[in-house]
Amino acid sequence: MHSTDPVAAADPAVRPAGATAPAGRLRAGRRPPAALLLPAALAAVFALLPLGYLAVRSLERGPAFAWDAIADERTAQLLGRSLGLAAVVVSASLVLGVSLAWLTARTDLPGARTWAVLVTLPLAVPSYVAAFTWLSVFPGLAGFGGSALALTLVSFPYVYLPVTAVLRGADPALEEVSRSLGHGPLRTFLRVTLPQVRPAAAGGSVLVALYVFSDFGAVSLMRYDTFTRGIYTSYRASFDRTPAAALSVVLVVMTILLVAAEARTRGRAGQARTGTGTARPAAPAPLGRWRMPALTWCTAVAAVAVLMPLATLGYWLAVGNSATWDPAALLDTAGTTLGVAAAGAVLTTLLALPVGVIAARHRGRTAHLLEQSAYAGHALPGITVALSLVFFAVRYADPLYQELPLLVCAYAVLFLPVSVAATRAAVLQSPPVLEDVARSLGRSPLRVLREITVPLAAPGVAAGAALTFVVCMKELPATLLLRPTGMDTLATRLWTETGTGSFAAAAPYAAALILLAAIPSYLLGRHRT
Amino acid sequence: MRRPSVRRLTALLAAALLLPAVAGCGVDEDDAGLVIYSGRNEKLVKPLLDDLEKAVGTTVAVRYGESAELAAQIQEEGDKTKAGLFFSQDAGALGALSAKGLLEKLPQASLDKVDPAFRGSAGDWVGTSGRVRVLAYNPGQVSKVPDTVHDLVKPEWKGKIGYAPTNASFQAFVTGMRVLEGDDATRAWLKGLKANEPKVYENNLKVLDAVGKGEVSLGLVNHYYWYEQVAEKGESKVKAKIHFLPGGDPGALVNAAGVGILKGSDQAPVAQKAADFLLSEKAQKYFAEETKEYPLAAGVTSTVKDLPPLASLDAPKIDLGKLESLQETLKMLQEAGMV
Repeated sequence: MHSTDPVAAADPAVRPAGATAPAGRLRAGRRPPAALLLPAALAAVFALLPLGYLAVRSLERGPAFAWDAIADERTAQLLGRSLGLAAVVVSASLVLGVSLAWLTARTDLPGARTWAVLVTLPLAVPSYVAAFTWLSVFPGLAGFGGSALALTLVSFPYVYLPVTAVLRGADPALEEVSRSLGHGPLRTFLRVTLPQVRPAAAGGSVLVALYVFSDFGAVSLMRYDTFTRGIYTSYRASFDRTPAAALSVVLVVMTILLVAAEARTRGRAGQARTGTGTARPAAPAPLGRWRMPALTWCTAVAAVAVLMPLATLGYWLAVGNSATWDPAALLDTAGTTLGVAAAGAVLTTLLALPVGVIAARHRGRTAHLLEQSAYAGHALPGITVALSLVFFAVRYADPLYQELPLLVCAYAVLFLPVSVAATRAAVLQSPPVLEDVARSLGRSPLRVLREITVPLAAPGVAAGAALTFVVCMKELPATLLLRPTGMDTLATRLWTETGTGSFAAAAPYAAALILLAAIPSYLLGRHRT
Repeated sequence: MRRPSVRRLTALLAAALLLPAVAGCGVDEDDAGLVIYSGRNEKLVKPLLDDLEKAVGTTVAVRYGESAELAAQIQEEGDKTKAGLFFSQDAGALGALSAKGLLEKLPQASLDKVDPAFRGSAGDWVGTSGRVRVLAYNPGQVSKVPDTVHDLVKPEWKGKIGYAPTNASFQAFVTGMRVLEGDDATRAWLKGLKANEPKVYENNLKVLDAVGKGEVSLGLVNHYYWYEQVAEKGESKVKAKIHFLPGGDPGALVNAAGVGILKGSDQAPVAQKAADFLLSEKAQKYFAEETKEYPLAAGVTSTVKDLPPLASLDAPKIDLGKLESLQETLKMLQEAGMV
């Protein structure tokens, strides 16, 4: 019953990395079937396109020139700033995400379902809107503190969502056993519950860190120079792609190290039950005298993360005059945004599915490589990914250039990890023994995938798709460069309106964006595994 | 197992994929006779470009973006570019494309409409409107406005200056100072300014507002923000005033928005017509009246009340194409801890 022993399963120290995984759980040494490997390889190649471009660009004037751009002391300084910001935002997101997940999923918190939805809604707020709303009220926030605040408030749901899913799906029997053995609630939480959520929290943390690495909007408004902002300034300042490309390579290396580190700490966690019976819902833990502090905590988070941006937008809407309203254009733009974001989510999910299944079910160099490639593009600034697709499209797919399919592809490159992380977590939670039974009954790998793995993981995969849908809707720099001429999304309209300083005119677009993105966020908040 | 739901899911996926193809169709640029990459904001120039479409007699598709990002995109596209005309917000981006040999030479007749100071030295781009750096001041707090930006490093202005260091216009002004007075002098000035603890704002508009409210006494801005505010709110409601610096001071730099025709597109003839339209009296009047910038084509003067004629300004003499050397400026601003 190794797989129902998350303490051991999640801790590489307890189970040495060299140990053979029990049959039916992780297939050590078994190669993923071709039916999975081929599409996963396709997705990886796709995700690695920006790397190919960066290699071409950064080396076009020789390695010495690229090295000069990297070896500048400013590079180290910017890297330090990005890492510092990521560390703070990830820590804060973990505190917010894990505490809120536990409160809403495992306690008798009054209105738990409503809170679950409320604390997911910040996903719908673009980082630049969050930063702007805070700055417009507290101009003194600019700098590190403001950037950390704005980024934490929009990215902690990346931790909250997977941790909640695990807490809802995990078997409470383990905690009961721990309690029956005389461990107190705190000890049980630390020794049993926390190790169970650790893989999910770590996966979410990687997404938060990558979000911080790639963010340009919030840090730019907050005037805090990070690595990505350095890359943008480099494009802007020199109209020169070489130094920017060389810096981007550093960012990719950083991502790969981060993902590799996460994979190491993740160890060989499995969260599915084997054995008989099914996990039943956990009996909510009574909060007792902690009820009021818990409610205050939830209220405070909802107030700063949801109410604050909405109130500021409401103020803009109120001060704006009717001349700034153009309902027809707004409706049209909203429709377009929904369409491209949906297409982006579908393509991303399809590409992520084989990678996620392999990452969850197979070990070995190939599986590792595939998963890591999927992350390669995610930390890159949108403009770098966009320029790499411009590069490939004008050379090898000219008819697609500045057409919708290319924009949708850009979304897939940018957001593949969001979907891979969700898919991997969902597959991990479904019992692999069912797949083994199907295989033993002579089903082909593809059929097992279609009839067992995917249906079982479907809710989690769908949640990943909804998440991708939200992030596609908010995307700005790649959309600006790759959209068909004349096409607008809510994010690009928002950019146009704020470009002339007319925030009242921008408010309807910002509000529409948040409201539309709130629908999938709402569903995610209600989603139960 | 679960066949119906799989089928339903497939149908949903197909619908989701098809939806944007139906909903997202903008202007099809393949049908457009001319594609313009516009670094100028849609809110500012759309009415003008609608008129341009009528004037050139073919369909025009406009792609809006940031000047610098569009310049990077054009470099990436090379001779496969879809754009015929690049309409840039500042001379620097045009200078950069010119230096990379991506712009066509313009006919002399078009170039001659504009003073040589506002066109590319290689004759491959031309300015369409001008914007002047000025000092905004709060008349309640300042009795004698400095006549040079060099005075701003004096102790009397400590904590009283507002500026927008991340703004492209500010950075172009610092680049101008570097071209005019050299790197050492500029570095020293930036250090002096930083030591005077200037207040940082997000953009020119915010600086102007801060001067009006008395948060700061002086601000470094572009002239048209003030004229736009006056046109919008009335002069009595705009508390800040502006001062044009005399004597060829670097703080009085006149930067230009402009256009260049891209090599490699087959749209050159119609792009040429478009460039000429932007230099026509109609377009030049639009810049004067709507965006409150300076018309640059000979024979058109601004009708905006109280705006001093361009010829009367004592602007520094500078090759605007050289404003592309922003990289060094950025480095200096970073060293000074300003951006």
